[in-house]
Amino acid sequence: MFRNPLVAVLHFFVYAGFVIINLEILEIMIDGLAGTHRIFAPVLGPVYPVLIGCFEILAVLVAVSCAIFLIRRNILKLKRFISHDLDGWPRSDANYILITEIVLMLLFLTMNTADGVLQSRGAAHYTETGSFWVTGMFQPLFEGFSDSTLVGIERGAWWLHILGILAFLNYLPWSKHLHIILAFPNAYFARLEPNGKMENMPAIQQEVLYAMQPELAPTDASAAEVPKFGAKDVQDLTWKNLLDAFSCTECGRCSAACPATQTGKALSPRLIMMKTRDRAEAAGRGEADKTLLRDYITEEELRACTSCGACVQECPVSINPLDIIFQMRRHLVMEESSAPQEWTLMFSNIENNMAPWKSSPDERDAWIHA
Amino acid sequence: MQIKTMAEYFAEGETPEVLFWVGCAGSIDQRSQKITRAFAEILTRTGTRFAVLGKEEACTGDPARRAGNEFLFQMMAYNNIQVLNNYGVKKIVTACPHCFNTLKNEYPELGGHYEVMHHTTFLQGLINEGRIKMKEGGSFKGKKITYHDSCYLGRANGIYEAPRAVLEALDAELVEMKRCGSRGMCCGAGGAQMFKEEEKGTTRVNFERGREAVDTGAEIIASNCPFCMTMLTDGVKETGKEDSVKVLDLAELIARDMQE
Repeated sequence: MFRNPLVAVLHFFVYAGFVIINLEILEIMIDGLAGTHRIFAPVLGPVYPVLIGCFEILAVLVAVSCAIFLIRRNILKLKRFISHDLDGWPRSDANYILITEIVLMLLFLTMNTADGVLQSRGAAHYTETGSFWVTGMFQPLFEGFSDSTLVGIERGAWWLHILGILAFLNYLPWSKHLHIILAFPNAYFARLEPNGKMENMPAIQQEVLYAMQPELAPTDASAAEVPKFGAKDVQDLTWKNLLDAFSCTECGRCSAACPATQTGKALSPRLIMMKTRDRAEAAGRGEADKTLLRDYITEEELRACTSCGACVQECPVSINPLDIIFQMRRHLVMEESSAPQEWTLMFSNIENNMAPWKSSPDERDAWIHA
Repeated sequence: MQIKTMAEYFAEGETPEVLFWVGCAGSIDQRSQKITRAFAEILTRTGTRFAVLGKEEACTGDPARRAGNEFLFQMMAYNNIQVLNNYGVKKIVTACPHCFNTLKNEYPELGGHYEVMHHTTFLQGLINEGRIKMKEGGSFKGKKITYHDSCYLGRANGIYEAPRAVLEALDAELVEMKRCGSRGMCCGAGGAQMFKEEEKGTTRVNFERGREAVDTGAEIIASNCPFCMTMLTDGVKETGKEDSVKVLDLAELIARDMQE
């Protein structure tokens, strides 16, 4: 993930903020349910303002990072963010998430500022905690307001903050932002083999062994289930392929590094992942008359892949678009006998001449004598 | 050049130090044959006891597998593994990163366990052991060389340093392309693209990469793969610089300036 250090550090702020500020959300929830106010303050004593101070610093870092992300997307217009891959919903989705996060952080800071002023006035219900690090500096802005206005601001921000968070949690599973939850399991389950190693197919291995030693083959052919080779639809993919698809946050580093995408081919590894996810969702809703192959991903896209592995290398959350491409190529070739003519010729050359080119196996050592 | 086959060693009841897996391109393609001969020459001159399979060698099945034809891949793999295991082969060196990757990573699951090296790593070893010594003031002295990372050696297997270490022996000026190392750009031939027309796009992958290599101002583009060799040579031709910029394999560069 730290391949791109600037963005990595910004992500670290946002993620650390997301995780650590949850402690403060916990207090907000308890207060809301129990009718208390800053219930942790008496327990933690002098530690409490330090803790809140740290949360406030994180909140500022989250807001600033999200603002930088918005600038990169909408003003600097980084190539991978203005790509047509993201036309429509995916582009709005990204902006909604960033704006929501900024708003939530500003609400938290507003709430603390008003709270701090109320505390300094000894207002009833507002537990004395000592000054907060960040919002303490902004208190002069609120000094002119009456107690009731400040209570209104504090309560308003409190409600919007907690409702915003609850609403956001419901939005999250429908959004690319799901990566904050799935990135970790996805990285945990990442393949640790060399990038160049293709998955073996034990089903075919068995067939080939029978072909070489027919005496081993089961004689009762009717009992043998005809296996399916490769993937035509999401049901044929592995659970890891699908986890990959739902972990994808559409950042497009895969496509930015893909030689096919860079030279204007139809293939974009990011779209392979987005389409796999879209198809999985549609299949889950019962869309039965379509398949991942052709209705979502075209043969042209699959054919353009050079298997260079750049997409796999670049993914910050260990997604493997190449594996899906390979499985679909296997379906095309082995189930549908669909291959470009040149490949069919290459196959027959390998089969007959032991080399992908037309040449006699007897000529194979000609270079020695040349 | 006197090159012995595995069968000849076997008949004499001897085992060579290493099997040189030539690969289809290295055996058949005219340009790649020069790389094969250069590497065989280095092996011979360093006194490495090596053998080739000769007529008994067959395609590893890499392009078939990556195109989706797993049946054909496994047929090829099983036949090759049978040949290799019959000779009791332990150590393999190859000048093709695709053969290297398949032999090293994909044959073990099918019963073929060997110590597999790409020729760049092997050359680095020979240089480190002092078995290869370069001439003083050789033909590359002070010349600008840029190195193209092949996907199947670099990203696929994490080998970035060995080929650069070999180039350092040349006393040349190494320059890197904008996209290099683990961020390297493909030549466009992998995944069985070598054997078909490219899909429609704004340009060809090898034109893009060729231009990038030429833009470094290097006189020599060093490659480590017969496919990259073909693609980059075409890419350079597209820029019209084929007279001043040469694409050469690492083995050819070393063979040219080795001390007798």
